[in-house]
Amino acid sequence: MSVKESKSIQQVLFSKRWWILTALILVIFTLWTAEFQEANTTAVLAGTLRHSTPLVLGAMCGLLCERSGVINIGIEGQMLMSAWGGFMVASTSGSLLLGLFAGIAIGMMMGGVLAGISVGLRGDQIIAGTVINIAAIGITSFFFSLGRTLPSGKTQVIKLGPLADIPVAGRVLFSNKPITFLTLLLIPTVWFLLFRTKWGLRTRAVGEHPSAAETVGVSVIGMRYLNVIMGGGIAGLAGAYLSLEAVGSFERGMTNGKGFVALAVMIFGRWNPVGAWGAALLFGYASAVQTQFQFRDWLTDDPQFIGIIPFVVTIVVLAGFVGRARPPASIGQPYSRE
Amino acid sequence: MSNFRLFIMPILAVALAIATGAIIIALSGSSPVDAYKALIDGSLSDSRSIGRTLEKATPLVMGGLAVAFAFKAGLFNIGGQGQLVFGALIAGAVGYGITGLPWIIHTPLALLAGALAGAIWGAIPGILKSTRGAHEVITTIMLNFVALNMTDWLASKVWREEGVIVRTPHIEESAEIPRWGEIPTGFLLAVVIAFVCWYLLRSTTFGFEIKSVGLNPNAARYAGISVKKIVIMTMAISGLLAALGGAIETQGVVGRYEPGFNAGLGFEGITIALLARTHPLAVIPAAILIGAMEAGGSMMQFKADVSPEITDIIQALILIFVATPIIVRWFLSQKEANELSVSTTWGSS
Repeated sequence: MSVKESKSIQQVLFSKRWWILTALILVIFTLWTAEFQEANTTAVLAGTLRHSTPLVLGAMCGLLCERSGVINIGIEGQMLMSAWGGFMVASTSGSLLLGLFAGIAIGMMMGGVLAGISVGLRGDQIIAGTVINIAAIGITSFFFSLGRTLPSGKTQVIKLGPLADIPVAGRVLFSNKPITFLTLLLIPTVWFLLFRTKWGLRTRAVGEHPSAAETVGVSVIGMRYLNVIMGGGIAGLAGAYLSLEAVGSFERGMTNGKGFVALAVMIFGRWNPVGAWGAALLFGYASAVQTQFQFRDWLTDDPQFIGIIPFVVTIVVLAGFVGRARPPASIGQPYSRE
Repeated sequence: MSNFRLFIMPILAVALAIATGAIIIALSGSSPVDAYKALIDGSLSDSRSIGRTLEKATPLVMGGLAVAFAFKAGLFNIGGQGQLVFGALIAGAVGYGITGLPWIIHTPLALLAGALAGAIWGAIPGILKSTRGAHEVITTIMLNFVALNMTDWLASKVWREEGVIVRTPHIEESAEIPRWGEIPTGFLLAVVIAFVCWYLLRSTTFGFEIKSVGLNPNAARYAGISVKKIVIMTMAISGLLAALGGAIETQGVVGRYEPGFNAGLGFEGITIALLARTHPLAVIPAAILIGAMEAGGSMMQFKADVSPEITDIIQALILIFVATPIIVRWFLSQKEANELSVSTTWGSS
């Protein structure tokens, strides 16, 4: 990506000054709103991680698709379908693990639908994604019956031995529920796959210059199918997270725009899983701030103003950063071998 | 392309969707025949139900026009819902807040106020796209959520009616759009606006510029058209159209603004616009079709015990069948099928 040059520490610090400043402000703001208490700070950071989990998963779904040249605007619908499917299976069978697998499987199926329309049939990618979003709202509402519960309850917190007892950091990072841990493992895995394996190189080649990839024997169509379906599986994990781990039930439209926020997270993270994680944490923080405000009794009479924070942040990020971010070159264009 | 092909394609899509819907109804354990019979009963059987269908179709015509209009400039406005609720709320506020005007002033004033609010709300994603390169699909959806929260706040804190229910007071009689027998006048207004859009796009310089930008922004720029200006103007008009739908709903049907008004994300407009192949006049029958599904939905639940959400599924199926080029290609040439494409890339143009 960039040419390696040796830089002095001062130069590095200077070039990252805005990031450092933002981080400092966030840290001070967090401590201040938490009234400098350990329990409050832990709660805020844990809340940030909790809110960031579906976003980083959604963003990884988006970037797997886009790195191979397919825009996935249907992440929202894929997440919603998986949240619903995972919940229905878990509540019928009584097994959360089965529900998790069902969520991932449904996500992959929805990825298959997107790939089928936009890669196989060379349909418009934006419309294909919109179809998924609309269909997901209809299907999940039509086949959902109220009053269902999870017989085994939500997923339980797993503590990683003594690590979980470290104040603040340990409690935030090493005492989590299973899908959160899985996500934390998935971020470096996807990064490794994309940037250090043959498969990742092929994916990126297909997204940047499909016909060149095809001439050296990479199947553009095959790679796109594979990526979009894998991405769907990750979106499915995000959906299962919502219904099985975060809420413990299914509600109509429970994704509430997270699939779209995830797209902004992906762009902000520059189509890189690690970058997306950073961005997701920032967005997660924007949501976790709601609890902060409640601590201090701010705006509790006007919850609507707190409710818009993540959406406004998304718009600001898009408007502020997308112009400078460079998407994969062949994105949005159907590919046909001519 | 021949007229026969032009008509057969959407009809085929609808037929396929209804057939697939029947299979889904049967799978869920009800009788598709009873369900569709009840659907028609509730929407087209007598003058009253036809009136209700037209009433439901009115905001759909406007929502469909909003999406179709933006499509002409290559823009995808998914923010119809946000623009609609703003239009509905502002029309409601002007409708009750200003008193003592004759109806000939008050009614258009409230409509215009609502439309203007939507135009401003719609212009924001246009400005963000043309100056900052933010893709309108994401910004319009985000603005939907912002709009729902803001209108909720305005209705519950600023313009709230006394009492426990969160809603604005009922509008003055002078701001109400009357019914003409069983036919809602608002529907006629929507039809007139569809014709205005058709004329604007077909026979004016502005319409030509919009279509040029939609077909090839680079060529349009080279020809001296200000692409940025057209993008912002088109989004503003698109927002105005959606908001006018909300205003007509407030002044012609509901009589006030209530949060949760026409909930959902206004995706029907997309289905209608694509079903109409973005032709402003074809939007009218497409909207009536979807309006009939909505009007008959409750009857379907009552008589056949089928959840009205089946209409959402049918709509999604229509969209799939309309938008998938291989189905289209059975009937159209490749070039015509490509006209349906809207995707551009993320980021700056």
